[in-house]
Formats: sequence, structure tokens, C-alpha cells
Amino acid sequence: MSAVFTSIPARAAPLRMLGARPWIRTRLFPDWTNGAATVLIAALLAWFLPQLLDWALFNAVFSNDNAACRAVAHDAARPGACWGVITEKYRVILFGRFPHADHWRPLLASLILVLMLVASCRPRCWRRWLAPAWIAAFAAFFLLMRGGVAGLTYVETARWGGLPLTLLLATLGIAAAFPIAVLAALGRLSPLPAVRAACIGYIELVRGVPLISVLFMASFMFPLFLPPGMTPDVLLRVLAGITLFAAAYLAEVVRGGLQAIPVGQIEAAKSLGLGYWQTQRRIALPQALRHVVPAIMNSFISTFKDTSLVTVVSLYELTGALGLALRGDTDWRPFYFEAYLFIAIIYWTGCYAMSSYSHWVERRLAVSNQTTGNAR
Amino acid sequence: MSDAADQPIIQFDKVNKWYGQFHALRDIDLSVARGERIVICGPSGSGKSTLIRCVNWLEEHQQGRLIVDGVELSDDPKAIEAARRTVGMVFQQFNLFPHLSVLENLTLAPTWVNKLPLNEARERAMAQLERVRIADQAHKYPLQLSGGQQQRVAIARALCLTPKIMLLDEPTSALDPEMIKEVLDVMIELAGQGITMLCVTHEMGFARSIADRIVFMDQGQIVEQNAPGEFFANPANERTREFLSKILNH
Repeated sequence: MSAVFTSIPARAAPLRMLGARPWIRTRLFPDWTNGAATVLIAALLAWFLPQLLDWALFNAVFSNDNAACRAVAHDAARPGACWGVITEKYRVILFGRFPHADHWRPLLASLILVLMLVASCRPRCWRRWLAPAWIAAFAAFFLLMRGGVAGLTYVETARWGGLPLTLLLATLGIAAAFPIAVLAALGRLSPLPAVRAACIGYIELVRGVPLISVLFMASFMFPLFLPPGMTPDVLLRVLAGITLFAAAYLAEVVRGGLQAIPVGQIEAAKSLGLGYWQTQRRIALPQALRHVVPAIMNSFISTFKDTSLVTVVSLYELTGALGLALRGDTDWRPFYFEAYLFIAIIYWTGCYAMSSYSHWVERRLAVSNQTTGNAR
Repeated sequence: MSDAADQPIIQFDKVNKWYGQFHALRDIDLSVARGERIVICGPSGSGKSTLIRCVNWLEEHQQGRLIVDGVELSDDPKAIEAARRTVGMVFQQFNLFPHLSVLENLTLAPTWVNKLPLNEARERAMAQLERVRIADQAHKYPLQLSGGQQQRVAIARALCLTPKIMLLDEPTSALDPEMIKEVLDVMIELAGQGITMLCVTHEMGFARSIADRIVFMDQGQIVEQNAPGEFFANPANERTREFLSKILNH
């Protein structure tokens, strides 16, 4: 008596309902609580959006006409935004105290950094020349900003400001913090007690204080310990402060990734004769870093926004330059809100780009590092 | 070392190891001749994995002497390096590098440790993949392969460094039953080629057909060792008889 195995042929999954009506029903009105929420939110939008559009666009003043701005701001019936403050002040907000006639220099310097950032995001550009290209880009940046050669007038770092300063602090801070963070994370997991203690000390000390106090230390305290005339430039000291601060946080992110590596991976590398650094470089770090892409990007975004704190030590990056532009000008001072919206959009654009890029990297890694067998 | 061929390739001499207070290896004396194929068996926790992991210093012993291919293992990095160049290892959990393709898994150590040119390393890798009959999967990633295929890749990876000794730590224990045979076939082929083998396994059929000697361990000690015929027919020790009755009669 033997039974015959008959296989059931594979059938297609039942079709999802397509079209507008099922979409609305399943997404917006699946049950009465969600339906009520949909109606409520739609009502709020209908009430709020026209007012917002009136204020931001239809009643707004776009020219740098101070009288018109004041009029529209005080019109209780039809309030409008005064974008004129940006028309009037955008150069000071974007470039701080940099000499007015030479504003093309910070503009060009910022463009160089932005172009390099965009280029570095593309896998096509992940080549050996990328590192030298970045060094060249920073050299060009400093040359343009500092001047003193090729007929460019010398501009001291204290007068650098606005967007180029924000970009410089963020990119150089992140670029320098990353390798330090990797070393500190490896050090914290090192079998050598002295190295481990030093790395734990550094990470815990820096994480235990607010960035503002690190910046104060870098800016005001540090020179007291050095002989006069030997103090490095304030920009350099602040940059070092931001870098060390960001690196301590990033180190803990990287450590989390390293600790998630199964011990068998390290044993396999050892059994193949790979040394410590080869094992870390070829086996541990590539896997650890791809586990923590979202957390790394989180750190980067924080660092980007933290640069706004350098204004407390008299470096006028975007936020500081905004204060510089409006504080002393009684005509335009009432329109802080619109000006803040302007730089908020700049920060948001940067952060949103970083976060979208991180999602893209995650998707890319998920495809190239297939972890769920043949099915995908 | 002109008489190296007569010397045992591995020599354990009163080797002891502790994990904290747990005495994991107790007075191990074992000498392995060149080309000898040894199967180590015993209940779980008996120290068999620890024993073979000492040979490439994944575990360090704390007492006694362990000599591998003429070099005494100590915490001298040179000695460890030398041992790892001579010894290849295959793990229960395969431990392939998931972020590298099959081919890259095989070329990694030859290019970075032996400094072989990439094209030469690739040729050698493809030859080993042919040998384990999996060359057509060279450009896939490890986790796209079945368990049996992964373990065959792991064997090929170890062979790429042309080791004199192969350690196999329960190579078929993590496999689905249907895949055990394809890995055992590769191991039998390997055993026929004169390489020194130390294999921890519960596959007694495999042990009977390829082993020159079977070593039975319990509680960190070598209880008895013998040629397979004698070992299965006339186990000398009561403990061995008990173990064999459990794993052979089910």
C-alpha cells in the first residue's frame, strides 16, 4: 500500500483591491475612530491652511520696504509676513561680518563644500581620489576665506561667519570625529587595560559635560594654560572642541555595532591568520558600521545642528550671524520671526537631506547584503 | 629540522586549561602523526572543542606544552601566527563573512595574510570551489546559500591557505539532515588526500570509515583512544561503553 504524492501547483496570491475608492476606505475610513480623526484633521487643515497662505504669501511683503513691513505686521485684520527682512539682510545672515565687497569669496567657498558633499554621496565617486579631493576642497576653502595671497585681501577668522562657517564646522567636525570615534570604540573594547581605561576616560568625561562648556573651555580657558602668543586660532580650538565632543558620542554608537558582531566572525578571521587591525578593518568594522547607519546619521545630524552653539563664544555662524544682522537695527529688529524661519529652512534642508541619504544607504545595504536567502 | 617528517605534527604534553574555576582540559597527552586522521568524540561539555581550539590558539592553555609543526605555542605572537598559517579551521556555525561574496570570503586571507596577487588568489579560490563542487555559486553572498553549501564554502576557504592541519569542530551539527551527506562527502574526499585532520563529530559512520584513530573524551580528560575497529568492537572503558550504547542504539 503506497500513497502517491501529488503536488499542488503554486497559485497567485489574491489581488489587492486597487483604485481610489478602496484606497480611501481602507486608508482614511477603516473604522469609525479613524474616520472621525480623518474628518477632524481635514477640518483643522481647512481652517488653518488659508490663514497660513494669506500670512506667508498673499498678504506678505517681499521687498525691503520697511514701512510696508511695519504696516502689514500691525494689520490685525489681514496680518502678513515681512519677507523684506530677508531681502534686506540676507547677505549679513549668510556671510556674517565678512567684508561686503568680497562676499563672492564665502559664496564660492560654500559652493565648493556643498558640491563636494553632494559628490561624496554618490557611489560612483567612492574612489581613491575622494580623500585628496576633500583635502584640496578644504585648502581652497581656507584660501578663499582667509585670503592674503593672489591679490585677495586678508580676512581674519574672527570675521568669518554665516553659512560657510556652519558648513565648515559641520563637515570638518564630522570628518575628523569619525576616525577618532572608531579608534575610541576599538580602544574601549581593547584587551589592553591601559588603552581601554584611556578610551573609557575620554568618552565618559566628554559625554558628562554639555557642549557649551566644552566650547567655553576651548575658547576661554584653554589659552590661559598656554604662554601668550602661542594660542592657536579660536576657530581651530572650537573646531577641536566640536570634533572631540561629537567623536565621544559617535564612539558609543560604533561600539554598539562592534558588540553586535557574533564572536564566530572574529574567530574565523583569527583562524585564517588575520591580525588585529586586518580583522577590524576587513571583518568587524564593515559589518558593525552597516548595523548602525541610522544611529551614525543621528549623530551627524546632531553635530550639524550643534554648530549653532558656537555663537556663545563669538563665532557668528548662521544663527549668530542672524543676531548680528538684526540686533543693532531698530528698523528690522521686529521681524526676527521671519528671519528665524529663513535659517530654519536652511537647517531643515540640510538635516532632511542627511536623513534621506541615510535611508537610501540602508536600502542599498539591504539589497547588496542579502540576509534572507534566495527569496529576495 | 630534517627529521621533521618523523616528528608528530601536533604534540600535547600534560596540557591543562581552566575557564575561571572550571577545569576544562585535564592533563591532556596526545600526539598526532603527519597525515593522521583523528576523530574526537564524547558527551557535550567534555572538552573536545576546547581541545582542538587550542591547536590554533583560539583557546590558550595555561599549563603544559603544546607543539604544532615544530613550534611551541605561547603568547608570543610569532608562534601564534606560525600556528595559524599551518592550521585551517571549519566551525559548526560555518562563520562565513556575510558582507563578502563567496569568492571574496576565499580570497580575503590569501591576499591580506599571504600577500598573494588578487588574480592568483582568485584562481586558487576557484580551484578550491571546484573541489567542493560549488564553483557556480562563487558570486553569491553566503546567506543566499543553503547550510550544506555554506559549510562546503567554509571548507574551501580554509583550504585556500594550503594548511597542513585541518580542525573541524562539529562541521555537520548545524545542518539539516538532508544536507549532512554532501558535507561528509567533501570531508571524506579531503581525508583521502593526506592532510592531517582533527575532527570533532558525532557522525560515527564517518568516524568508522575515515579515522585512523578515535579519541573519546569525558570531563576534560582523554578516556581512551584506539583504531576505529577496536574502539567500536571492544571499548576498554566502562564510560566509553555507556556513551556508545547511547549514540549507537537509538
